[in-house]
Parts: sequence; structure tokens; C-alpha cells
Amino acid sequence: MSLISETAELASPLRREISYAEPSMAGAGDYLALMKPRVMSLVVFTAFAGLVVAPGHMHPVLAFFSLVCIAVGAGAAGALNMWYDADIDAVMTRTADRPIPAGRVRPGEALAFGMVLAGFSVVFLGLMISLLAAGLLAFTIFFYAVVYTMLLKRWTPQNIVIGGAAGAFPPMIGWAAATGGIGLESILLFLIIFFWTPPHFWALSLYSVEEYRRAGVPMLPVVSGVDETRRQILIYSILLAPIGVLPWLLGTAGLTYGATAIAGGALMVALAWRLYRRPDKRAAKLLFTVSIAYLFVLFAVLLIEHGLGLQNFGTPFGRVFA
Amino acid sequence: MSLAMDLQPTEPGIVLTAEQKRRRRGRSIAIALALLAFVVLIFAVTLVKGPGVMVRPL
Repeated sequence: MSLISETAELASPLRREISYAEPSMAGAGDYLALMKPRVMSLVVFTAFAGLVVAPGHMHPVLAFFSLVCIAVGAGAAGALNMWYDADIDAVMTRTADRPIPAGRVRPGEALAFGMVLAGFSVVFLGLMISLLAAGLLAFTIFFYAVVYTMLLKRWTPQNIVIGGAAGAFPPMIGWAAATGGIGLESILLFLIIFFWTPPHFWALSLYSVEEYRRAGVPMLPVVSGVDETRRQILIYSILLAPIGVLPWLLGTAGLTYGATAIAGGALMVALAWRLYRRPDKRAAKLLFTVSIAYLFVLFAVLLIEHGLGLQNFGTPFGRVFA
Repeated sequence: MSLAMDLQPTEPGIVLTAEQKRRRRGRSIAIALALLAFVVLIFAVTLVKGPGVMVRPL
């Protein structure tokens, strides 16, 4: 009897060892998924805007190399986030099929993958392009993987407000890669993304409240309730609308951008107001979708204007920053 | 000669399934392509920057 029970006790760790020794089932696509390609595309897009808006000319090859480094750095941050958040991802329907909770990639593999990518992206951006840009990229990866993922996300309902800085840095990195410095214009682009993040993510969290509660993530609607979240969404949307217009007012962008920012900001405030007055999931989903379009269109117009040389057309006070 | 050396392995060890082999091949190809892209990128940047390849703004 005792012999049988001892064998049974040994069996579990032995089985675990055997399962660790099994060959990996990860495909190349799983490693791509670890890099969060959709987030990566937004990072590349906003970083590209920072590169283009920056004064002076950057050789296309160097600009492309900078964007690749920034993209890989963003992918590294994504992989480190998935490594640490695998327990949360496993509980939530939206993320349960990610490579780690689905069992296709082991946590250690994701950690190693993220660390190697982070090292390569920062070192080569620093060696080939700009030490400041590399420093900002390293700080962004650290901020997202450590400050946001490991500390803020499980600790405070303000997680995505402070953590939103990580998503706001790419235009500054792009600007730093092009100029070797930090311009006030790049800080404006940072502020737009920073104030855009809360209404965007809180709108998403409003129709995923139960999932976040089950996972134990202290998102604002879980901790302070849906009503307070709707109020905060409205406040941040009201703050975002004029900040979005600032590049035009300060002469970094032209009239087309100004008109787009005014219309887009008004739409964001209107949808946030509608959500505040009439709470339902459809209104939250609409605000979430429109917020993505708002940011995309704003940066796209900025890029097009600079591409066509229209950035100085119709600015009310000329170029405030020399 | 010890007893352990006399023992012949009775199991074939880890044998990959067809799916595992397919995924390993996919990973190998992805690593090769990434390495190729990396070499081409560094080469292109080196050509553009010329002799001052390591000279960059702060």
C-alpha cells in the first residue's frame, strides 16, 4: 500500500519532466503572434509619423532600418507581456488562444524570445541610428513589460492611463531617430496617443467587464463601476479633442489636419457623451471602433500633408516651434 | 565493465510526429529568413552610411 502511494507521488513530477522534454509544437506563426502584430502595426505607423514630421531629411534605408528596430522592440515588449500575463490570458476568452495559454509555446521560450528581440532592437538602433532613440526604445520596452505589465496592470485601475505612455512613445522614438533629439512637436504626438488610450481601452473594458473580473484584473469598471468608467471616458475624450488640434494650432500640421482633428475630436466627445447618457454595449463598441479610426485618420492626414508639403498651409499662427 | 554500460537502450527516445517535424521545419525556415533579412539590412545600412557607419547623433 505504501509502495503504491509513493509511486503515485513520484509520478506527477516525473510526468511534468517528460512533458517538458517533449519537442516544441510552436509554429513560426506562434512566434509572430507573440509579437502582437496588430499592436506592432500601430506602433510602426505612429513611429513613421514621428519620422516624417521631424525636420530634415533621413535616408529611406536608415528610416526603414529605424522602423524595423522599433517594430522588433514593440514585438519584444509584446512577447514579454504575453510571458508574464499567461495566467490572465488563459482565463479570458479573448486571449485564451494565445500561444502560451494554448500550450503551443512554453513560457520560457517566450521569455527568451522577448529578451533576445529587445536586446537586438535596442543595440542595433543605438549602433546604427541614434543613442537617444535606442534609449527611448529601451525605456518603452521596460515601461510596457515591467511598469505596466508586472506592476500597474494587476495593482491599480489607473493601469492603462499610466501604462498608456508606453504606446505613446513610438512617435518620439521616430523623431529621435530622425533628428537625434526630442522636439516639442514629438511631445504633442505623444500627448495625443497618451490621452487617446483611456477612452479607447475603457470602452473595450466596458463590454468585457466580466472577463476582467474573472481574471482579477482591476480595470476601472471592475473596481469603480461602469458609471464611473463612463464619466472618466467622457473626461478624457474632452481632454483629447483639443490636444488633437494642437499640432495645427502650433503650426506643425496644416489646415486639413486641423479640420480633421476638430471633426474627429467632436465625434469622440459626442460618442463619449452618448455613452455617458445612455449606457449600453453597442455605444461602448462604437466608441471603441471610432477611437481606432480617429487615431489612424489623424496620423494618416499628418503623413499625407507632410508628403504633399501642405503642412504649412492654413496654420492660424504660423510655425510656433522653430 | 559496469553493468550500466552493458545495458542497451530499449526505447527509441524522442520520435517526432509528422506534425512536429512540419512545425520544426517552419521554425527553421523562419529563422533562416530572419537571419537573411538581418544581414541584408545591416549591409544596406553600411552601404548608406559609408565609412562613418558608427557615427550617429546622440
